[in-house]
Amino acid sequence: MRADWQLVIGLEVHCELKTATKLFCGCPNMFGDEPNTNVCPNCLGLPGSLPVLNQRAVELAMAIGTALQCDILPSTFHRKNYFYPDQAKDYQISQYDEPLNANGHLDLPDGFRVGIERAHMEEDTGKTTHAGASGRIHGADYSLVDYNRSGVPLVEIVSRPDMRTADQARAYVTELRAILVASGASDGKMEEGSMRVDANVSVRRSTDDPFGTRCEIKNLNSVRSLGRAIEYEAERQIALIESGEQVVQQTRHWDEGAGRTQALRSKEDAYDYRYFLEPDLVPLVPDVEWIRAVADTLGMMPAERRSRLVELLEESGGATDSQLLQVATVVDLGLDDLVVEAVAGGVGSALALARTANEAATDADAARALDPRSYVELLTLEATGSLSATQAKAVLAELFARGGGDPAAIARDKGFEAMSEDSLVATVAEAIAANPGEWSRFCEGDDKLAGFFTGLVMKATRGQANGKSVAAELRRLRG
Amino acid sequence: MTAPRPALETATMVRAGEELAVDVLEHHLAVIDAGEESIHAFNLVTTELARSQARTVDAAVAAGRDPGPLAGVPVALKDNMCTRRVPTTCSSRILEGWLPPYDATVVTRLRDAGALLIGKTNMDEFAMGSSTESSAYGATRNPHDTSRVPGGSSGGSAAAVAAGFAPLALGSDTGGSIRQPAALCGVVGMKPTYGTVSRYGLVAFASSLDQIGPFATSVADAALLFDVIGGYDPLDSTSLNRPTPRVLSVLDDGVDGMTVGILTEFMDGAAPDVVARVNQAAEALATAGARVEEVSVPEVTLGLSAYYLIAPGEASSNLARYDGVRYGLRVDAEDTVAMNTATRSAGFGAEVKRRIMLGTYVLSAGYMDAYYNQALRVRTRIIEGFTAAYAHCDVLLGPTAPTTAFALGDKVDDPLTMYLSDVCTIPSNLAGHPAVSVPFGPGDDGLPVGVQLLGPALSEGTLFKVAAVVEAAAPDLAVPRITAGEAA
Repeated sequence: MRADWQLVIGLEVHCELKTATKLFCGCPNMFGDEPNTNVCPNCLGLPGSLPVLNQRAVELAMAIGTALQCDILPSTFHRKNYFYPDQAKDYQISQYDEPLNANGHLDLPDGFRVGIERAHMEEDTGKTTHAGASGRIHGADYSLVDYNRSGVPLVEIVSRPDMRTADQARAYVTELRAILVASGASDGKMEEGSMRVDANVSVRRSTDDPFGTRCEIKNLNSVRSLGRAIEYEAERQIALIESGEQVVQQTRHWDEGAGRTQALRSKEDAYDYRYFLEPDLVPLVPDVEWIRAVADTLGMMPAERRSRLVELLEESGGATDSQLLQVATVVDLGLDDLVVEAVAGGVGSALALARTANEAATDADAARALDPRSYVELLTLEATGSLSATQAKAVLAELFARGGGDPAAIARDKGFEAMSEDSLVATVAEAIAANPGEWSRFCEGDDKLAGFFTGLVMKATRGQANGKSVAAELRRLRG
Repeated sequence: MTAPRPALETATMVRAGEELAVDVLEHHLAVIDAGEESIHAFNLVTTELARSQARTVDAAVAAGRDPGPLAGVPVALKDNMCTRRVPTTCSSRILEGWLPPYDATVVTRLRDAGALLIGKTNMDEFAMGSSTESSAYGATRNPHDTSRVPGGSSGGSAAAVAAGFAPLALGSDTGGSIRQPAALCGVVGMKPTYGTVSRYGLVAFASSLDQIGPFATSVADAALLFDVIGGYDPLDSTSLNRPTPRVLSVLDDGVDGMTVGILTEFMDGAAPDVVARVNQAAEALATAGARVEEVSVPEVTLGLSAYYLIAPGEASSNLARYDGVRYGLRVDAEDTVAMNTATRSAGFGAEVKRRIMLGTYVLSAGYMDAYYNQALRVRTRIIEGFTAAYAHCDVLLGPTAPTTAFALGDKVDDPLTMYLSDVCTIPSNLAGHPAVSVPFGPGDDGLPVGVQLLGPALSEGTLFKVAAVVEAAAPDLAVPRITAGEAA
């Protein structure tokens, strides 16, 4: 992005709610079933059918609003009218000028705050497949429609146009996804379409200028596509303006293969959706008790989980940059409770974080399934010197492979008896005796040679010596 | 044919084992056989379905079980109520061949009450009309004079009851589509409070106005049917989750001490013979102990204009689904969009197209506030006007329709004049209030006149009490005489 231009980004994220049934009927909300098997008169739009609002969907939508610090408001549903074969009623029931959630915000991990304009409820459409060269409805040989997705509950989260870089947009979607998963509202699977992102992008020369004409980019199926598309679109708009042309307000399609956006339709031929109040539903007015009950069931959000770990690192003088990355990894993988439990069990926070971010993270599913007591016991063995780092890692791998167990017993099975103090002292003495030159340089202050001697001892003991104990013995002998 | 026996009496006899449901049914099938060619009340007579239900009812009685309050009573259904595996056409080509996979809630309740579903009645296409002439399957004729319309849009149901084809029928009333044909056919027709009868399975015309209600030859029979179909339904989000007034038990309570307001705005546009009958009904109520006074609700004069913005607006959205993709008619074309257009062009009649276009226009960007939203504001004003009147009146009284039945073909080319037929019925739909039409003797032309009683929300009990008093005072009306082949 060129320094003399500023990028302005707002994102609209559609999130499928993880309910058992659809938004307005009792059909299963399932991905991947045989086409048109999870359907009924309602989600097929049969004459005479009527919508009945799914209470669980409202609760999940309220959970999203709560997690995004929104006001939860009395709301209504409207009809958004347009013809399309995947739309069973040829209108979509959606919240319009009175959304359930409004005026919230989301803080990126670096502290940058993105405003949330609204997070409203609506129903998903069916899925169309157009056979033929065009791949679009126009010019298709024939089209197939699967209504299994018709009526699946969605929440559309609309950010304010607060983001200024593609990185911020990426961070926003990553963090929002983590929040949606943490709130239990969604599985956050972009690849299955349960989370879909549209980006509104415009450019301007300076912060003092009004916003430029924006384009809406659709078909962003990953965080990577999002970043690429925004960067491409910004360059396209800048090039247009610099060559004396104007940006036309358009909906544009991201072509992942070609790496560019293409015009879908412009403002002039945008649909007139003829929104009006849905007469088949009544206003949705959650009372204070219901709002509180939903908030009470809401788990800890990722930001809170991260700051909880950062606070634990205060004892060792605060988190380093690499530890902040470890914190992010651990929270992202849902392993932060292991760190917290280990610290509560007396393990140092730096060790607990490092083992979790580096070793436990390699098999996060197994780590999450592990009895935290086994994990804490293992780290305690390492922290007290009963196991070396190498041994501790080996025992952890075994714990994962077995799906649990007693770390001390596994260590014994593997022959990882901690070395007695006498044999450690003797081995260190042997290493010194065999390398008098290195020893005298170490004694003269060449501290790097501590590693040389530790390595020799480790080799001689096949990793059973505790590195810290070896270092302590070397320092003692040097005097 | 003979004067129809009340449904209440039939049900009582069938439940007591004094008459067989199959005999009741065969009698009505014979009446249909003799007269249907002249009237065309039905799109479909469900003979075998009704026979099988009749046998079930008789078997239940024989086994000592009570089949329910409508045991053995044939009931005709307007053809916009979904019936499982029985065609439901809304009298439109666009639903040709469609078999609903489910029953409307009212149909389920009728089945559970032991009623016999005798057929699906003709109607204006998608309930849009006041004469049943916009049906894609031909007009229905008024049993009192087959050169006249039966009213509409539930003209088939009204005519079926008037002709003795069925003692009871259901219609739907969006702007008067039960009450106006009831008046023109000389039967009782009632539109309940919005939300008291489930709309689940009623093919929508204008969702915020549509309400299902009963047709019967007497106030008591209408009350019996209303009690069966009313009540909360979790499948309809606009269904009222509160006790529905049970009306049958209060019919004999009288009107002593009630205040009845004659609605002057309704009288102003009505024909003199109709006005005279309404005044006669008012006198009868005064004689029975009610205080009668004139009441003005000026806002109701805005009703017709507001209705023809709101109802088409909702209809344009409700009828969007008939696109040829999933069910009903499909006219093939080169691509999907062309297929949608070809299907809708061929499948809808002129009146339906007119209202879809009107409704699309009033909801369009730039016009919505001037038309649709303005109409919603008028709607609120009408509710306020009625509320003020009901502060000192228990019920309001006026004509149901401005005239008696008009001739077939009279108004088909003049939609605005046709729309005026509903000027007295529309305000109750906009307000969501109940209203009932009670036959009150003939007009100067010998054809039936209906007087209308209006009440505030959930005042069905009061309305039926007053209706019973009006009915008792009504001048005699000739029983229709139908002979096969009488119609031109």
